Amino acid sequence: MKLNQLIAMLALAACAATALAEEVVVYSARNEQLIKPLFDAYTRDTGVQIKFITGSEGPLMERLKAEGQNTPADLLLTVDAGNLWQASQEGLLRPIQSKILQDNVPAHLRDPNNEWFGLSVRARTLVYNTGKVKPSDLSTYEHLADPKWKGRLCLRSSKKVYNQSLVAMMITEYGEAKAEAIVKGWVNNLATLPFPDDTKAIEAVANGQCDVTVVNTYYFGRLIEKSPMLAAAIFWPNQKLSSKDAGVHVNVSGAGVTRHAKNPAGAQKLMEWLSSDKAQNLYADKNLEYPVNPRIRPDSIVAGWGDFKQSLINVKEAGSKQVQAVKLMDRAGYK
Amino acid sequence: MAVTTPGTGLIAGAGWRAHPWVVYAACVAALVLVPVGVNMLSFLRVDGDMLGHLTHFVLPELLVNTFWLLLGVGLGVSVLGVSLAWLMAICEFPGRRWFEWALLLPLALPAYVTAFVAIDLLDFSCPVQSWLRQAWGVTGLFEIRSRGGVVLVMSLALYPYVYLIAKSAFATQGAMALEAAQSLGLTRTRGFFRVALPMARPWIAAGLMLVMMETLADFGTMAVFGYDTFTTAIYKAWYSLFSLPAAAQLASVLLLFVLVAVVIEQRSRAHMRYGAVGRHAVSRRIPLSQGLAWLACAYAAVVLVVAFVIPVTQLAFWSWQVMDQDLDARYWGFAWHSVALAVMATVLVGVTALLLAYAGRRHRDGAVPWLQRIATLGYAFPGAILAVGFFIPVAYLDNWLIDMARAWFGFQGTEILKGTLAVMLLAYLVRFLAVGFGPIDSGLQRITRNTDDAARSLGSSTWHLLSRVHWPMLSVSLQTAAVLTFVDVMKEMPITLMTRPFGWDTLAVRVFEMTSEGEWERAALPSLAMVVVGILPVLLLTWRTSATRH
Repeated sequence: MKLNQLIAMLALAACAATALAEEVVVYSARNEQLIKPLFDAYTRDTGVQIKFITGSEGPLMERLKAEGQNTPADLLLTVDAGNLWQASQEGLLRPIQSKILQDNVPAHLRDPNNEWFGLSVRARTLVYNTGKVKPSDLSTYEHLADPKWKGRLCLRSSKKVYNQSLVAMMITEYGEAKAEAIVKGWVNNLATLPFPDDTKAIEAVANGQCDVTVVNTYYFGRLIEKSPMLAAAIFWPNQKLSSKDAGVHVNVSGAGVTRHAKNPAGAQKLMEWLSSDKAQNLYADKNLEYPVNPRIRPDSIVAGWGDFKQSLINVKEAGSKQVQAVKLMDRAGYK
Repeated sequence: MAVTTPGTGLIAGAGWRAHPWVVYAACVAALVLVPVGVNMLSFLRVDGDMLGHLTHFVLPELLVNTFWLLLGVGLGVSVLGVSLAWLMAICEFPGRRWFEWALLLPLALPAYVTAFVAIDLLDFSCPVQSWLRQAWGVTGLFEIRSRGGVVLVMSLALYPYVYLIAKSAFATQGAMALEAAQSLGLTRTRGFFRVALPMARPWIAAGLMLVMMETLADFGTMAVFGYDTFTTAIYKAWYSLFSLPAAAQLASVLLLFVLVAVVIEQRSRAHMRYGAVGRHAVSRRIPLSQGLAWLACAYAAVVLVVAFVIPVTQLAFWSWQVMDQDLDARYWGFAWHSVALAVMATVLVGVTALLLAYAGRRHRDGAVPWLQRIATLGYAFPGAILAVGFFIPVAYLDNWLIDMARAWFGFQGTEILKGTLAVMLLAYLVRFLAVGFGPIDSGLQRITRNTDDAARSLGSSTWHLLSRVHWPMLSVSLQTAAVLTFVDVMKEMPITLMTRPFGWDTLAVRVFEMTSEGEWERAALPSLAMVVVGILPVLLLTWRTSATRH
């Protein structure tokens, strides 16, 4: 590279840096069509500009790590708690004190050390074929390991983090041995190869290739919006168990302020705004997810599926036990 | 990057003094060694438990899968690519001129898109099987999400690499080779297998090598099929088991394997020499009898329909559904970014590859062949591993520059190198050098030493030799390299995601945004846009080629 080009670039970068001191820079694993409308609304509300770049979690976190003190990023946004936990383990996030966030985000959906906060809830639940299964036949995730479901279960690939989180939570709840037995039971009951995405699994259930599957609700929402006559419905599992940990497995999409943020106050304000009444519906409804703020009603389609009891295990366990969960699934032969 | 001036001729000679061509090749190889080196550093942190787990529970099946995949796709693309190339280059039948370029079109479709469409049409829940079940009560007919399905889709998506490169080989030597064989009493069929095919081997091998590397490094298509390969394990180690070092170690094994394969392939034909045949060899095509002509037509049509027309029709149908919602003025920007990046990267890759091939011509022995092999390894990297392997050193260099700039000029920004197009283009160069180098190098092999010697004996300077003798003979290879690189860069995802400056979203980035949450139907629109833009260079190439012929 030529020296004069370098100097010109330095000058340019310096100008850019001083002119936009107020802007917030976001690295986001949540995709553009879901976050841009929110960022635009924030800019309209506050005048603060937001610059963002999207990508997969792994590369985005490596990028933060390599950039170290000179990262332009103020905020890291992901679509699961496991990766936020990992970012915090790697020292990429910083704790923040925010009364607003603590009020708006239930304790089990944020980091106990305040390094990251959930911003929307993704519930992983059962979907069954309405022609072949009575809701009374269903009860829990564990129950799907029962031989009576042999050849009737469809699952998404174990390579998706949502399933890894689910198994991590089961390890937390029941211990590794029981969780492994459950996963082995699932594998024995599979009707066909695991699917690459939740949508395909729901379609397989609706078309009778299998009877029941485990998916995130918003995939079901998207499908039912397109084809209302779908022969499939949602069932909320683990509702009748007495333990306080019992309930529907939930995960979050959430965010944390980066350790070397240049504008940490701005990033915190953005997060607080995202958890506020004003933004929560926009954030969650765009993808038919649940607002993290329990005072906010979800979208009418989503509300139509009824209320359910969430598991109250802190979602950080999805991260802390992810490696254990993946190894368990490998041993159980869950592809 | 130090670039030596080409065409300065022989300076070296005695002693240890490095020859500029060697220095140049070393510089290019060094660039590729950057991500390789980052991978190697991972061996400082070996996690025995993790590797033990992967070796015990994950790898055995994946190795078997990978083996069958390579074998299947290798056979598939060879059969499709070579047979179609032969028909288009040597034979004459109605519709040939049209098929000749149309058969390149699948190149513009990313393999994972073809895969998704295939599954969407052929899986249990999908129209074909649903109809068979309901109308005829037929069940359990076939499972598209299987080894056979992967091989089929990958072969259909990747055959154009072999087709394009083999066609240019046949076009310039095939007919004459066949005539020579026939004059020696061989039948046409035996002539093809005994003479024309062996003569085209470096070209077929170059195309096949690209296909193999791409197949090995593929992540998206395999994820859609749920078919786990060695690269799946690499991503699993990184994304699921949070161990980038383990991923990098596995990737190093993959690269070593590719390097060995390349060396074996080259050694196995080291004793052969490939000569040139006049440029007018192409004028004598073999006219096919009516029956054969129909067969040839039908064959080409079936491949084209299955590999391109059906997927694109499905994409168009989906795009139509989401157009109101998703298509806006920003698409001009996405398309412009895609084209601009692809053009710049193509020029960079083309020039670098040409010079690298020349370096090998000037120094057939010693270090240069090895430098060439290293320099073209980037294509075998799983994309995201290459992206971080390139980005990490850039970020470190940047940190150092920023510290200095802060101390000297009171610099306050966070980016000097990273977030510039220069970094992005260098990363593309590392990834796609093989795509440019393959066709150019095999094209260059056709220009014999005799040609050079003859030209030199007539007093030609190096420059004169290049511009008057080599350039006209190489132009087809260069165009092939350019088309392949252009389309590949446009489809590229991980490097683009990781190194793009803020706001430089491309069509491939749009595809990522949609597919990352499983919205495949919405990904149809940017995919289709990519096909439309990707067709442009194919058309340009055809137009240029036919213009030079008449």
